[in-house]
Amino acid sequence: MNIAINKIQTFRDDFTYSNSPEAIARFPFPFTDDEYKYTVNMEPHQPKDGENSVYARFFDIDEHYLSEMKERSLVLAEMPKRCLVMPHMELACWDMIEKIMTSLAAQYPQHFSLTQDGDNWCWENKLLNIKDSFVFGDSSTLPKPPMEYIGRQIQGDFALLDQRDDDLFLDAGIVTCPADWSLMFDAGMSFSEWHGPVPMAPSQNIFERALKYLVAIPVGRPVRRLNWTLTVNARMDTASETYHKWGHERSEVNAENVAEKVHLRVELQVIDRMPRSNALMFSIRTYLISLADISTNPQWAQRMHRVIKTLPPALIEYKGFARYHQHVVDYLAQFDESAAGD
Amino acid sequence: MTDTFKVTVTDIQTVASSIKEFTLSPVEGQLIPFSAGSHIVVEMPTEEKTYKNAYSLLSQPDDPSHYKIAVRLQDNSRGGSVYMHTQVKVGDSLTISAPANRFAPLWQAKKHILIAGGIGITPFLSYLPEFERRGEDYELHYLYRGGQTGAYCNELSEQLGDRLFCYDSATSPRCNIENLMSQRAPGTHFYICGPEKLIEAVMTTAKQLGIAAGYIHFEEFAAPKPGNAFELELKSSGRLLNVSEEESMLEAIEKSGIEIPNLCRGGVCGQCVCRVSQGKIDHRDTFLTEQERSSGDVIMPCVSRAAGERLTLDI
Repeated sequence: MNIAINKIQTFRDDFTYSNSPEAIARFPFPFTDDEYKYTVNMEPHQPKDGENSVYARFFDIDEHYLSEMKERSLVLAEMPKRCLVMPHMELACWDMIEKIMTSLAAQYPQHFSLTQDGDNWCWENKLLNIKDSFVFGDSSTLPKPPMEYIGRQIQGDFALLDQRDDDLFLDAGIVTCPADWSLMFDAGMSFSEWHGPVPMAPSQNIFERALKYLVAIPVGRPVRRLNWTLTVNARMDTASETYHKWGHERSEVNAENVAEKVHLRVELQVIDRMPRSNALMFSIRTYLISLADISTNPQWAQRMHRVIKTLPPALIEYKGFARYHQHVVDYLAQFDESAAGD
Repeated sequence: MTDTFKVTVTDIQTVASSIKEFTLSPVEGQLIPFSAGSHIVVEMPTEEKTYKNAYSLLSQPDDPSHYKIAVRLQDNSRGGSVYMHTQVKVGDSLTISAPANRFAPLWQAKKHILIAGGIGITPFLSYLPEFERRGEDYELHYLYRGGQTGAYCNELSEQLGDRLFCYDSATSPRCNIENLMSQRAPGTHFYICGPEKLIEAVMTTAKQLGIAAGYIHFEEFAAPKPGNAFELELKSSGRLLNVSEEESMLEAIEKSGIEIPNLCRGGVCGQCVCRVSQGKIDHRDTFLTEQERSSGDVIMPCVSRAAGERLTLDI
């Protein structure tokens, strides 16, 4: 696939972000049933759905690359602590650099290249005009700390989870586009602590099982899942700490603007065991699409209507769209043949 | 299920009278770097069955040119160590799993105290280069039986100097676990790898000294122990298998051509968990919760067995 990278669009203020027809066609639509069910829905992170899909490569680089990198630098300039690394996670950061650089160079050779001569590496990112030589493993040879250096060159948020005594700890991350959570708040927490607030999980047991599953993920067997919510405006940075900037936008949705304003926000989460540090790399690649763009695919619009309509109230509350839930249902109803009279 | 690789045995050294060290080199390309404390599973195909034993990697974690493992000839071997000692020659090809880690150091520890019993020295050998690289504070206490299991003593003493404490049961005073563990600065973590008796001794002492369980870490490669033979019925596939005294349920199931996900083959990782529909269980794993054990409807077939003459699984 030869992706055309868009000129820089914005995820704030004037919100110029838009999806091309190609980006709409490859959007990772998350609903596989007409009714909402809580599932962990893990699958092996293997390529699927053809050359153009978001699953075709280990990391997905798409037309929004430059826009998202610009947005990340804006967030980091305002809040440097969106990138946090505990000292013991440095080796894990180098694992992350190795995984990202080797994957991107192999899978997007038109944009990235990597030459390795023992520990002497040379990395070129043609999209951002970056070319650096450094010694692998020696953080002093990079222009920025390792996680921030590579995090500014790849779409999506990243967390590195340290594994100790069969538990996972969120001890490093670069998080500038979270769906209402905070790296600063969650840093250092164990798996069960940062999953504390999820309602509607069938039982606490599901987290125990998920944890046992995650700590056993072997090297070379990454897994993925999709997660979703709704976001008002094409706002990437819906972090808890900037709630005052976006929380009020939820009351601005009305019948006239719902199609343009409300976005389905999908996270492609990939979990991969890092060989050198035994950490788990948890990458969260966020895709945004307006309801108007979803409705260009009548099957998606119909299905989404049914899912949103049957969503349990506790979950509507948890996902944060109770205020405009009815507007979304009303708008999508026109695409659902069985919804006459809604 | 983890990935497997072919490697070539490029060197075999006798490092103590009952311990051989094997150097495993990739058939092509490079091996995966690994984290301190990792192990691999080595497949040993024999006529009657394929043994799969886990061995700690003791080479440099960041050197992908080769792995090293050390194998002690076990007194009550179920065959794996005998195979490695008598069948494997330089130039042979072996199948190994990707490295996995159940015994990583805790990097926030203020100090690490490593206690190795005999062949239990192996996981710590991959700790040391990483400790040095990070400038960690540590001590290594090494208990062994002179002549038989005291591998790597000289190299370690050169490398570690006064951080190494050797206890040769033939010539030197016994290791006093209580002295070793008491009056340690807060934030000291203890790691034990060795026979069950050593682990028990450390746990008991920790309890007496009031050291919380979170500061004690141990790795016990509970290779499946033999037990009574029994009949195993696989309900979904309608098969009836015989599990002999010397073999594990997992091995019997694999021999019949059915693959189930597995990693550690020692009752800790939880990958091979199966549902039991009938029969009493002799639980031998450390994975299941007390509740799951007493429910009687799940089993870890890598180590656990039937308590009676017959067990029915839902696979």
